[in-house]
Amino acid sequence: MAGDIILTTKGLTKHYGGVHALEDADFEIRSGEHVAIVGDNGAGKSTFVRQITGVEQPTAGEIFFDGKTRHFANPLDARKVGIETVFQNLALADDLDVPANIFLGREEVYFNLGPFSFMNEKKMLAMAEEGLKRTAIKIPNLHNTIGNMSGGQRQCVAISRTVTFASKLIIMDEPTAALGVQETTQVENIIRTLKKQGIPLILISHNLRQVLNLVDKIIVFRRGRIVGALDAKKTDGNEIVSLITGLDTGVHENASYI
Amino acid sequence: MLFGVAALFEILGWLLIGQSFLFNVKRLPIIILQVSIIGIIAVGVTQVIITSGIDLSSGSVAAMSAMVAASFAQASGGFLMYFDGIADLPVIIPVAMGIIVGCGAGWLNGAITAYTGVPPFIPTLGMLVAARGVAVLYNDGRPIIGLTDSYKFLGSGIVPVIIFIGVALIFHILLTRTVYGRRTYAIGSNEEAARISGININAHKVLVYTIAGGLAGLAGVVMSARATMAQSGMGFMYELDAIAAAVIGGTSLFGGRGRISGTVIGVLILGVITSGFTFLRVDFYYQEIAKGFIILAAVIADQYRHKRTSGGGA
Repeated sequence: MAGDIILTTKGLTKHYGGVHALEDADFEIRSGEHVAIVGDNGAGKSTFVRQITGVEQPTAGEIFFDGKTRHFANPLDARKVGIETVFQNLALADDLDVPANIFLGREEVYFNLGPFSFMNEKKMLAMAEEGLKRTAIKIPNLHNTIGNMSGGQRQCVAISRTVTFASKLIIMDEPTAALGVQETTQVENIIRTLKKQGIPLILISHNLRQVLNLVDKIIVFRRGRIVGALDAKKTDGNEIVSLITGLDTGVHENASYI
Repeated sequence: MLFGVAALFEILGWLLIGQSFLFNVKRLPIIILQVSIIGIIAVGVTQVIITSGIDLSSGSVAAMSAMVAASFAQASGGFLMYFDGIADLPVIIPVAMGIIVGCGAGWLNGAITAYTGVPPFIPTLGMLVAARGVAVLYNDGRPIIGLTDSYKFLGSGIVPVIIFIGVALIFHILLTRTVYGRRTYAIGSNEEAARISGININAHKVLVYTIAGGLAGLAGVVMSARATMAQSGMGFMYELDAIAAAVIGGTSLFGGRGRISGTVIGVLILGVITSGFTFLRVDFYYQEIAKGFIILAAVIADQYRHKRTSGGGA
């Protein structure tokens, strides 16, 4: 089922001054594979994501993507090679509508005059509709500004932005953390759709039940290190929690976080 | 609101002095003429405010640009030549000089704002003082007179109005149809999102402030052409009227929201207020007080709108 390796990191390390947020992370994901990253607050999950998406530059270590060593100077570099990210803070502009947000920073233009290029709004609208259709996302009015939308709709826009550009790898940082039950289901369905389409995904989540339901492989972070790689079909919440906390198995039988 | 204000003055006019305010052949063109110079500045300031910035320097930059432009626009045979031997240049040269000087001041505003992270309030306030100083120093505080006819033409009749309308149209299109506009709104709306989307925030801010400075320079050219001379005290406090026009016209001081059409209406409202109070023979100082309260009301309305619509944001 899983194909070629799409992304590998070797010894990826990030220090913020004296704080060792990420230590020596070796990670890989194959095409078509869905991998979850779990861990406690401050375990290094988001730090890891910031390194592989170009938001920050690692202190040490290497990133291989799509067969080549990569150095992402900024998020655009990562996006150019096909890594699309749904950030935790969503990174949407409240005062712009749906197509404007989806195409932010890479607007379709009639002919290139630098910043003074005229935008091809029709093409962007059509492509946005196409992207939304592919993920079965329904948003009543695409010309509504993001600020007027519900949390779930905003999340869907953020996700559809990644899908519109037919990317090679999608990363989602806590996509359902701020959502209600129904909206969470909707986002989970989108993730299942992506799985069917064979688009690889890295999912960062606190919700272990969600993780067990959705992904193939679970990577556990603790104190900036990768402490475990589990097959989602062969593990359970108990084992994951033990790895997250570093405490023995069995302690978490009735814990509410499973 | 524009019609409301105009209608109010119409009613007050009939009640208090028995004359029509609006239906006076001479008044309407004068209102528009008076506001067109502020209007050119306000268009530039609007786009700065949309990026959630501010430009306090435009009045002084206009005066500085007016001085420099006028020094290249003197006609031969006049007294007090600024440059010996430079006279009767084609009109494009002084106009270009004025705009270039304005762009330079704007570029400095933008560069300091973007690359030092200082709130734009501070560098543009510095520029407000410094540019006025340059304007005074340029000809030792003396006015520059004896301008060419082709230069003075730019300020004659309805030419300033045509320039204003032209500028407003161009920038309406720029803000609504081009990548430039999209980035401007995106930066004001969510700077972090714009950065992650790969927009070069700093470069774009510099561009926006530079263009705002250029428009202040153009306003200086038109202003001096209309006055048929340039002097260092010109355009005093114009920056505040321009900001007021933008805010009254619905541009949000929080950034991300605003339209050139709104600013044009804002400028007209300011014009109608000034003209209306003069028509009712209200003292100038009362006019200023009234204007102050109207700006205050617009800012409070902006604050209210901002609170109401940004509640859903993560």
